[in-house]
Amino acid sequence: MMGALKAAPIITTVVVLLVVSLLQAQGTPPPTPLMLVSLEGRRPIPTTVLSGQELIALDDVATLFQVTVREDTLAGGITVTYKGRTIVVSDDQPMASVDGRVVTLPSPAARAGRRWLVPVEFLSRALAPIYDTRIDLRRTSRLLIVGDLRVPRVVGRVDIPGPPTRATLEITPASPVTLTVDATRIVVRVDADALELTLPSGGGGLIEQIRPGDQPNTVTVVLNGRAGMARAASMDADNVTRVTIEVPSLNPPAETAAPPAPPVAPAEPAPPLLTATTRAALQTIVIDPGHGGEDVGVRGPGGVQEKRVALDVARRLRGLIENRLGIRVVLTREDDRSVSLDERAALANNSKADLFISLHANGALAPGVTGAEVFHARLDRESQDALRSADEAVSLPVLGGGSRKIDVIRWDLAQARHVDASEMFAGMLEEGLRAHVTMGPRPLQEGALRVLMGADMPAALVEMAYLTNPGQAATAKTESYQTLVTQGIYDAVRRFRSYLEEQRAR
Amino acid sequence: MNRRRYVHIAIGVLLLAVLAWGVNRGLERLVAPPATTTSGAGAAATPPAVPHITATLFYAATDGQALIPVQREVPLAEGVVPQGREILLMQLQAAPSPYLSAIPAGTTLRAFYVTERGDAFVDLSGEVSSKHPGGSFTELLTVYAIVNAVTANLPTIQRVQILIDGKEAETLAGHIDLRRPLIRDVTLVRESET
Repeated sequence: MMGALKAAPIITTVVVLLVVSLLQAQGTPPPTPLMLVSLEGRRPIPTTVLSGQELIALDDVATLFQVTVREDTLAGGITVTYKGRTIVVSDDQPMASVDGRVVTLPSPAARAGRRWLVPVEFLSRALAPIYDTRIDLRRTSRLLIVGDLRVPRVVGRVDIPGPPTRATLEITPASPVTLTVDATRIVVRVDADALELTLPSGGGGLIEQIRPGDQPNTVTVVLNGRAGMARAASMDADNVTRVTIEVPSLNPPAETAAPPAPPVAPAEPAPPLLTATTRAALQTIVIDPGHGGEDVGVRGPGGVQEKRVALDVARRLRGLIENRLGIRVVLTREDDRSVSLDERAALANNSKADLFISLHANGALAPGVTGAEVFHARLDRESQDALRSADEAVSLPVLGGGSRKIDVIRWDLAQARHVDASEMFAGMLEEGLRAHVTMGPRPLQEGALRVLMGADMPAALVEMAYLTNPGQAATAKTESYQTLVTQGIYDAVRRFRSYLEEQRAR
Repeated sequence: MNRRRYVHIAIGVLLLAVLAWGVNRGLERLVAPPATTTSGAGAAATPPAVPHITATLFYAATDGQALIPVQREVPLAEGVVPQGREILLMQLQAAPSPYLSAIPAGTTLRAFYVTERGDAFVDLSGEVSSKHPGGSFTELLTVYAIVNAVTANLPTIQRVQILIDGKEAETLAGHIDLRRPLIRDVTLVRESET
């Protein structure tokens, strides 16, 4: 009896050690399961982590990939066969022989009870070379992609907490995206089979979270209760699609009521505010994709339509200007809809835009005409009269005393006082475009362009290509041509901003 | 009684015969060509001479890059408005070879009139807009083929406003402002094909 009591601690210790060693031999599951993505869908693969190494059972590999597994006692390893091709995995060396070629693995095969475990790298290094369909192991994103699937990488981040809060999603390689914006969230749907996501753990500013969407090819940006209506735009450059998101505050500070108490000196230095003296020379640009809806514009051979080319380039241009210059960009139409010419100019005026760019594609009576052209407004006699009238602003009394000067220029001739600046910007556009694309027979023209006449800011119209030319009709819808046009216009915008800043400094 | 009836019938028949003869003669006169044209040797081939003027009309060059002024014979009309109408009717017709018409085929002239200020109004049918191929430059050529044709041939007219289907129009195809009268534009004109 006493002997049994003395032996008890030893037995207990032995049992504990046995259990621990057994657990170690079994390993622990990884924090995030490895996800198999194929045409059939997604499903987790059972793997286990043992001594810091992620392993997969060859039994599971046999089931998933229809391979035959057998232990080769003579050779001292495990043989995996697929359609007459053989892999021999060593049980004492971190390597495998794949159809006679040796590949290295992070560790040798390990036995766990009656099962053989191999490092998950076995799939990409040993099985992939002999397998019929593509096997792509992406360790960091925990994806095992089987088959020719489009699984772009998506990296999300909050750039500026703001408000306005700015965030970016970078999609590599570039892929078409559909953006859906509502009051509480933005859904980014990528034209892909699945996404390899690298998203921030938390949000920032008015963005609560950037998380995987409900579908395998979507990402959802969740806004918090203080967020106003967000804007999102996408732009392709260097084989990367950048989705930029700007979330304004629901109640911008400018609209809040003035505090009733007299101002008190702040204890801490106030954050820099944009005041009249520090307002950027170029704060808002309105880009006007011509035509839309039933108004197709020019139809080129092969079905290319002016309204589509204009919208495509407008979106690209918005992304580039917003990303690189930090200038707010408003489009006169976000999709394929009909917008009247007056509405386009009115949107620019109401947005207090500093620049207006109308995008079109040209047509000619002869198919041989090609190239890009730039138009700016021409003043007719009536517009010149309007301009003279505008110089004679009327002074009106205002509530509370004092007076305020009111311009008397007709709204539909508002362009009259910007013709010089518009001509200068049009010249910059012509030079910017010339550096990237072929120019047309009349590269810089003036004319009574209806959409420009009501714009109360420097304005120009770009005809990006002649769609009546079969060659240009084919290239105008390509990403490469649209990127060149976008770059040319972007260069002109940058030059015009520098010009405005120089003017202000004088 | 019977004799009376026969007399009445005879008079009626006689009257009908006279009437039929008269109608027949009248129709013969209407249908038959005048005696002078039938007897005159070779005179039937040439209609009476209508005076013409030589007007400058504007068509697109074969390369589509400019308007070319072309001299064409247009019937002479009394007064600015009738003459303007004749010029525009010719301008709306098909272009002489090798040129191209800048105005969509099927466009017709609904009205042409001149205000006291000397502004001309050219009222065109809807085809000028609905059949327009689009593009800023093509639209410029269309608009100024009309404006230049009127102002180049009628010196008293300086400005032209285009109406479509009797109404003021914003543009033909979304580009050129038509809300106000336009003056001649010679920058679009090239003197010859080459």
